[in-house]
Amino acid sequence: MTVEGTAARSKTRRSGGTAKRASAAKKKTAAPAKAEPQLVQLLTPEGERVEHPDYAIDLTPEELRGLYRDMVLTRRFDAEATALQRQGELGLWASLLGQEAAQIGSARALHDDDYVFPTYREHGVAWCRGVPPENLLGMFRGVNNGGWDPNSNNFHLYTIVIGSQALHATGYAMGVAKDGADSAVIAYFGDGASSQGDVAEAFTFSAVYNAPVVFFCQNNQWAISEPTERQSRVPIYQRAAGFGFPGVRVDGNDVLACLAVTKAAVERARSGEGPMLVEAFTYRMGAHTTSDDPTKYRRDEEREAWEAKDPILRLRTYLEKEKLADAKFLESIDEESDTMAKRVREAVRAMPDPDPMAMFEHTYADGHALVDEEREQFAQYLASFADENESAAAGEGN
Amino acid sequence: MATTKMPIAKALNTSLRKAMEDDPKVLIMGEDVGKLGGVFRITDGLQKDFGEDRVIDTPLAESGIVGTAIGLALRGYRPVVEIQFDGFVFPAYDQIVTQLAKMHARALGKVKLPVVVRIPYAGGIGAVEHHSESPEALFAHVAGLKCVSPSNASDAYWMMQQAIESDDPVIFFEPKRRYWDKGDVDTEAIPGPLHAARVAQQGTDLTLAAYGPMVKTCLEAAQAAAEEGKSLEVVDMRSMSPVDFDTIQQSVEKTGRLVVVHEAPVFLGTGSEVAARITERCFYHLEAPVLRVGGFHAPYPPARLEDEYLPNLDRVLDAVDRALAY
Repeated sequence: MTVEGTAARSKTRRSGGTAKRASAAKKKTAAPAKAEPQLVQLLTPEGERVEHPDYAIDLTPEELRGLYRDMVLTRRFDAEATALQRQGELGLWASLLGQEAAQIGSARALHDDDYVFPTYREHGVAWCRGVPPENLLGMFRGVNNGGWDPNSNNFHLYTIVIGSQALHATGYAMGVAKDGADSAVIAYFGDGASSQGDVAEAFTFSAVYNAPVVFFCQNNQWAISEPTERQSRVPIYQRAAGFGFPGVRVDGNDVLACLAVTKAAVERARSGEGPMLVEAFTYRMGAHTTSDDPTKYRRDEEREAWEAKDPILRLRTYLEKEKLADAKFLESIDEESDTMAKRVREAVRAMPDPDPMAMFEHTYADGHALVDEEREQFAQYLASFADENESAAAGEGN
Repeated sequence: MATTKMPIAKALNTSLRKAMEDDPKVLIMGEDVGKLGGVFRITDGLQKDFGEDRVIDTPLAESGIVGTAIGLALRGYRPVVEIQFDGFVFPAYDQIVTQLAKMHARALGKVKLPVVVRIPYAGGIGAVEHHSESPEALFAHVAGLKCVSPSNASDAYWMMQQAIESDDPVIFFEPKRRYWDKGDVDTEAIPGPLHAARVAQQGTDLTLAAYGPMVKTCLEAAQAAAEEGKSLEVVDMRSMSPVDFDTIQQSVEKTGRLVVVHEAPVFLGTGSEVAARITERCFYHLEAPVLRVGGFHAPYPPARLEDEYLPNLDRVLDAVDRALAY
């Protein structure tokens, strides 16, 4: 069940750890790299359904079709946003291309009362939470710095500083536990974030307080131009052991496995067993953001190898083979995608620039004398132009 | 009358206790705040009475303390976190500046962040490096944060209540060398607004504006000056963000002269802002340029030099003389 890409990577990754190094010093030539631990996988890249002893899952045909729909629509939305950036409608876009299974699978494992703390690439998770897709685009268009009510869908604002949200998720989960609620919290972050102190501190706090939080790391192999090897000398999921909670690596391109594993992790959190780390082993097929140029640091062959493991393709193959989806269904999803993309495109283009006075709004909940003073002065300044215009117009009238 | 004489440390402790009694959502978090009661004992006895669930000893990780407090606030709690010493706030500076200060605005007002970050700050206790700093300007500069510092027991009691009640994040600077100064606390009084400055002493010749630990120094300077026949007014600013410029302006319109005093380095400090704004507002009332007395553009010195570094009676009076000489 070992996935090809994993095996390939294991050749370059050396196992870390002091003990290991000590023994390696004695017998330098021996010590073959420890076999890469197997990914949890339920659907092979060829679209074959396989079983895993710990993570069984049984989905109805409708649920399976639903996952397919989620992934296709998310990919279409992502492509549309990328196009909108190229057309100058968005200042920046962080594409999720290739990570649909990790996001849809994990997000569909959540209950409505669970709470999500995303980074800035969780467009598929947002989709599953019912956040209108266009809401995600305001910050990328530059009309706001977030712009939605996190409590409407229990989906927190996108967080740009890497790893900060892992602590917010942990604190929120500590609150959930205090409230005696049986909901769970999930924090999304990438392989790069695993190097951040905040993520390590979140691991510490969550373990110490047994907080009901799931850490969902999408290891998409690259933190802009830095490979995972630059972040960690051990597989990321293994780090959890050092903090005292379980970690598991799942095939991040397998939506069924991501769903099953996240479900188990969330249930575990909900039943008071504390945090868990899920490392979804996946691949960012596109650039880090639209400002990035991956041709400078990675080879085409790598992407091609991962394309063979495309999350959408493999589910589609499975659905077709098992006669769970016919051509009409697949066509209807494509049509729905185009309609959604058109709606998003129109919504983005219709987004007005914010009123200049919006700068002063919501800086403080209780108000602040300096903000009041500057707002007043700026309003007068703006009004001074209006007076000129009015008097000019009045002059013309006479 | 519910007036009791108590030191600032006790006033803070009493205030925290009151806040916890009044609102079950109030939590206390920090390193050693539980059994030990904090290294300055500000949280003494609170864990015993409110339990480990509400007075939470944390791992030794400042970013983690503030970051998880943000999450708890998002869940509806009102965390009061203790940073053990001023110089240790910087591991949490990122969470405070990039997250705590901005989240309310980023959510277009839909979430509130009622977090109080308590920082025992400033010098004068002969401590080692990183235990005596005055970083208030670094926080006051950040939109979204409020920064306050009490100078006496009554303010310590009331400003803490008000900071906890505020729906905005408040950086609460506690003047550690004044922790043991006693004053009257009337727990039934009706306090003024959290950000209103207070005229601590009336005078006619010159205004001294200060906050936190320097208010006492300025009151002593005013007393010494009075013996020389000079009448100094002392304004206790109480808040560095926002600054109550109206109260300072009123005072300066009366006296015509202003000296701003704080422990923090003078360069780009709170005093610079006060000098600039008051010069704008009171240009025709000023008889002398606004002068500043404070720390130097040097790392906070080792303990044996801090008496030279910190503004004292003589340095304040020297500035007063220079201002009066115009």
